[in-house]
Amino acid sequence: MTVALFLIAGLMLGSAGVALLLRNLIHSALLLVASWAGVAAFYLWAGAEFVAFAQILVYVGAISMVVLFAVLLTRQGLEISRPVEPDAQWRAFSAITVGACLAAVLGSAILSTKLPAATATAPTLSVKDTGLELMNHHGAALLIVGLILTVALLGATVLAATDKPQKTEDAA
Amino acid sequence: MSAVLASEPFLERAPLELRDAVVQLLPAPAQWLGHHLITILAVVLGFSLFFAFTTVAERKLLGRLQNRLGPNRAGVPKFSILPFHLRHKLFGLSQPFADAIKALTKEDIVPAAADKLLHFLAPVVVVAFSLMTFAVLPVGRHLVPVELDAALLYFFAAGCASELALFMAGWSSRNKYSLLAAMRALAQLISYELPLILSVVPIVLVTGTLSTVAIVQSQGVWSFGLLPHWFVFTPWGFAGFIIFLIATLAETNRSPFDLPEAESELVAGHLTEYSGFKYALFFMAEYFGMTALSGLGVTLFLGGWQAPAPFLEFIPSYLWFMGKLVGMLVFFIWIRGTLLRLRIDQLTRLSWQFLVPLALLNVGNAAFWSLTAHWSGPLNLVRWAIALALVVTPFLLLGRTLSAGFAPRTYRYAS
Amino acid sequence: MSSLHLCLLISSALFCIGLTGALARSNTILVLLGIELMLNAANINFIAFWRFGPSPAPASGVIFVLFSIAVAAAEAAVGLALIIAVYRHQKSVRLQDATCLKG
Repeated sequence: MTVALFLIAGLMLGSAGVALLLRNLIHSALLLVASWAGVAAFYLWAGAEFVAFAQILVYVGAISMVVLFAVLLTRQGLEISRPVEPDAQWRAFSAITVGACLAAVLGSAILSTKLPAATATAPTLSVKDTGLELMNHHGAALLIVGLILTVALLGATVLAATDKPQKTEDAA
Repeated sequence: MSAVLASEPFLERAPLELRDAVVQLLPAPAQWLGHHLITILAVVLGFSLFFAFTTVAERKLLGRLQNRLGPNRAGVPKFSILPFHLRHKLFGLSQPFADAIKALTKEDIVPAAADKLLHFLAPVVVVAFSLMTFAVLPVGRHLVPVELDAALLYFFAAGCASELALFMAGWSSRNKYSLLAAMRALAQLISYELPLILSVVPIVLVTGTLSTVAIVQSQGVWSFGLLPHWFVFTPWGFAGFIIFLIATLAETNRSPFDLPEAESELVAGHLTEYSGFKYALFFMAEYFGMTALSGLGVTLFLGGWQAPAPFLEFIPSYLWFMGKLVGMLVFFIWIRGTLLRLRIDQLTRLSWQFLVPLALLNVGNAAFWSLTAHWSGPLNLVRWAIALALVVTPFLLLGRTLSAGFAPRTYRYAS
Repeated sequence: MSSLHLCLLISSALFCIGLTGALARSNTILVLLGIELMLNAANINFIAFWRFGPSPAPASGVIFVLFSIAVAAAEAAVGLALIIAVYRHQKSVRLQDATCLKG
């Protein structure tokens, strides 16, 4: 059980870490997809089946595609051929310092907290229960999420659409 | 489980009995592993064989549709040991095995500029994930590889990884045709994922479950002991089935939606730089995807393993499932031999302006159907009339707007 | 150390990786992806507390994650559309080049 957790964590953290180190954007994006799949594996490990499949569907199926399209649409020459700026090195150094400090603070805080021992039985949750809970207690939130998604879809389309009028070209 | 199983006819429980008998031969600690390994092997081998013969069927049927014979030469090799030459061409049925040997022995060419790792990973990923989708298809009454509560969600989650593999193949080849085709294919897959999933939602709405097993069981009712209550025989189910069929054709890159592989425009699409066994793997994954989606269609709309009438139940359930699956595949082959390829703008337009609104309305239709489930007698006729109207009216209205703007295309840069 | 401790440690490690990436990289897309990683780390915490917490409400953690995933999807779509819009004007996706609003 714990071995599986360590394997999943290794996949998740390893691919995320390597992804943010690489200079090839496509490789980073694909490795991040692996990391998201690792998060889904964690959900499966914890028994949240529905969430795990939703995570795969949304992150691996949808967000990864948007990211890859964005990478291809905004590419200019090869990233690798550009020299590393001295500025970037300084920034990377300070970012790693900040990240390490935060990790130290969070880690010590977690380790020094006495958390309640795990309950003996894992909570079981069928898809039907999840659905009923969503529709009954969180109906308003569900509607708002629907609204947010619609607005985001429209907003993304408007933002990404070309603002140049194309009438003249089409008529020709 | 075993008590239920024992009351079944022998043919129905034969595959499970066989598995249990093999598992009993193993030592006790390995039994759990053996149990699962045998299930996995059965799925992989069964559907691989199915794939092999689908390719022959496709080539032969396409041949007949085009007034030629199709492959009919490959048979058993000549045995000269016997006093007489044992040789039969077997109607070309061993063609897929000859093809497999050919693909295995061909040279594997990787372009010098290619991203070697991704170029290798793409076919592996695509086959692995397309095989994973078979895990939740109930092949027979007791033949479900994995019984999941969220089976439908799992199916679509496992299927969406193939998009990623497609991108990997197109990008890693470092070939402009590969990349263009991959982007085309992705646009197509994303456009048609929406109607595909929306066409399934009404079923979930009416049955109230995501489990494929429960969905099949809820279709095992007959009116007058003759008419099966498959979902395809309801107005919303019929509309959903048609949308599902069209979306399936597009999702599996089959003609008339085979734009990503339009050989006159893009060489061979994202497969341009693939050869040998890697090419065969892509080919295999495409057929696996088609078989899995057809299996899902059979499960959701055509009653799964249920027999069409109660007196036909003496035929084991898995044979019914396979029969329906073969029917679906033959239908797809027939479509391939009949229809012409669409243009990319027609393709996206069909999805966004026609299928998605229809599928959304269909969800509402299914909601109406399940709200009026208690109507009976003459009210039932009203229910059918309203549901039919909810399918036909938007179809006619939307169809008119879809074909309204059709005119010869103006080529912006070529005229 | 209980399983809850382990899960929390893993999620905070993921959060720190995401933060480091978001701060260190100059490509806007990677910054956005770093933020997505941090969101995922938060989701892991929800599931961990749902699974190993003292006596949680039956579905609260799962529901929270579902909403969080939906919002993350919206965020990614709008964020990437913004990046493409900015790219169209600046011809660059580097954060340092987007200085039009600088005082």
